[in-house]
Amino acid sequence: MSTTEKTYKVPTMADMAASGEEPEILFWVGCAGSFDDRYKRVTIAFVRILNHVGIKFAVLGPEEACTGDPARRAGNEFLFQMQAMSNIQVLNGYNVKKIVTACPHCFNTLKNEYPELGGNYEVIHHSQFLQGLINEGRVRVKDGQSFKGRRITFHDSCYLGRANKVYEAPRDVLAALDADLVEMKRVRANGLCCGAGGGQYFKEPEPGKKDVNVERVEEALSTGADTIAVACPFCMTMMSDGVKNKNREDSVRVFDISELIAQGQGL
Amino acid sequence: MEIIQQILFLVALAATVWYITKRVRLITRAIRLGRAENRFDHPDERLKTMLLVAFGQKKMFTNLLVGIMHFVIYAGFLIVNIEVLEIILDGVLGTHRLFAPYITPIYLILIDVFELLAFGVLAVCVIFLCRRFIAKVPRFQEERHREMTRWPRTDAAIILTAEIILMIAFLTWNASDSVLRDRGVGHYAELQGIVPDFLISQFFKPLFSGFSDTGLVAYERTAWWLHILGILSFAVYVTYSKHLHIALGFPNVYFSDLQPKGEMQNMPEITKEVQLALGLPVTTDADGSQTNDNGEQPAEVGRFGAKDVQDLKWINLMNAYSCTECGRCTSACPANITGKKLSPRKIMMDTRDRLEEIQQGWKTNGYDYKDDKSLLNDYITAEELNACTTCQACVNACPININPLDIILQLRRYRVMEESQAPASWNAMFSNIENNMAPWKFSPSDRFNWADQVNEK
Repeated sequence: MSTTEKTYKVPTMADMAASGEEPEILFWVGCAGSFDDRYKRVTIAFVRILNHVGIKFAVLGPEEACTGDPARRAGNEFLFQMQAMSNIQVLNGYNVKKIVTACPHCFNTLKNEYPELGGNYEVIHHSQFLQGLINEGRVRVKDGQSFKGRRITFHDSCYLGRANKVYEAPRDVLAALDADLVEMKRVRANGLCCGAGGGQYFKEPEPGKKDVNVERVEEALSTGADTIAVACPFCMTMMSDGVKNKNREDSVRVFDISELIAQGQGL
Repeated sequence: MEIIQQILFLVALAATVWYITKRVRLITRAIRLGRAENRFDHPDERLKTMLLVAFGQKKMFTNLLVGIMHFVIYAGFLIVNIEVLEIILDGVLGTHRLFAPYITPIYLILIDVFELLAFGVLAVCVIFLCRRFIAKVPRFQEERHREMTRWPRTDAAIILTAEIILMIAFLTWNASDSVLRDRGVGHYAELQGIVPDFLISQFFKPLFSGFSDTGLVAYERTAWWLHILGILSFAVYVTYSKHLHIALGFPNVYFSDLQPKGEMQNMPEITKEVQLALGLPVTTDADGSQTNDNGEQPAEVGRFGAKDVQDLKWINLMNAYSCTECGRCTSACPANITGKKLSPRKIMMDTRDRLEEIQQGWKTNGYDYKDDKSLLNDYITAEELNACTTCQACVNACPININPLDIILQLRRYRVMEESQAPASWNAMFSNIENNMAPWKFSPSDRFNWADQVNEK
């Protein structure tokens, strides 16, 4: 591994437009990726991979705003559409064609719900993007941390999996690591939610016997995995909280797939 | 004697047809209470879905063994009913095995196939009764699921028992008929040498060896009548039962959602308001209906979201009538699994119960009748709606593509937009999005601060 200090850059659309350039792809960071301390590390890992591969990308930076997904799922259609329309004005203003995001909720909303409101883009999730880079040989997991002997289990996000049938991409990404992949009982189309969707993340759960994330983490722990891989900021929080609830945070870690790839690459 | 039987048969048949027509009209009227929506688009894709999911029962094979058993009942239902055609014609014309002399080789194969399936149906119905009431499959138990009250459980028992009785009647009718043919009694002798013993019913023949000829004729007639009257009354019963899925399952799958499961339906009436609020040109509604761009109010502004069944779409209501309460949705629901009140099956059962209640109102007070109840609150509570994670596991689990989530989301829209009844923390999330462009209270100007850490180790 080279010891020279790398400098990672995060160009904004405004910078690009000022210099008359257009990026190959817009990285839609999302609110969690921008503000949540834990998920900021995922944003950074992904940006480092983008830099490393030399992809011409840009972010919206301060011009980005919530897609409106949580408002829509909670029932506030008016607020959702206000957000969507404003975002579409910004995106169309920059002539955006292709978007990648590390949040399945942003992914689903941008991909499936913006077209009807005038926002038509090719939208991919970062798992699909990474899968493409790995398949093309542009990302090779070497130079970094070895995953030999580690057991990783992947938790399907509802809005990536069931909502958009993306099941293989994150698994293909993980397969690039030299780790053992172990599956939980409820996976893919039958995957169990982490408990955050539909606005649940933003309120206390309704009365019940158990929290959904605890149920899911118990299932993940039963695989004997030392790493729970996720591909969604809300799953990240819910699974991490669940691991803490089970007092296993010393032996079991929760990582986003891009963090694992970045670790494998020594980025 | 023959003619009396023919008249009785015609009366029974006509009464059934009349009654079922009445029921079908009523149910159609109830389904049409729902809001209009075009579900006749993409006929190729719809047909393909129906062939795979309804006719091919693709989603039932998630559990292979149960899938096979259900397929036996389903195939039995479809195919054994071909025999009903002959039974009806025999009944009307006073004939006996009308088709046998004309298409003998095919006839013999057909009856053997029918008998095999009938035996299969019989066996599977017994197994299904055992699964429900002895093995106590959790999703059917009232202790676990409060919507599994007395009626749904009785309904299931009635259906399975009725099918068992019908199949026994069919098989023993064939057996007694074979014995009568062997003995050359009356008109039964006519098919001697043409129709041999059948595949399954031959094993029931010893049951009748001690019967006198008169007793045997009496049994043969009773079994024939029991079988056909059973089928006719079963057909009527089905219109009141969860078992209506045997008919509505097919159109229900044909009209099911084609968009990705994560996609929520747009509300064009709000699009226009938002466009006006943002000073954008007002475009034509997505559904193609006319909007005006000179700011005139549309003729009628409906409710935002759904409070009652009339506010839902017709397909939601057809979903409710198609649901056979198997509970696969509820078993997959993360909220339900962890002990919350929400049960997607209950959402469907409540919707149907509410429709049935409105029908009762129509009966006594005419079609304009309106009561002061609604699906929201009187049937489905806020606690249930608020527990949903919108994970779509229920939608995925349903073998006939019912979408309970769509109903939940429409009811949520009503609570939030018409009643401002969101939980307090959701209201906080809304105002954060509105003011800070994120669901949390961070300053929008800090949104890009993460980039400062990109080179930190």
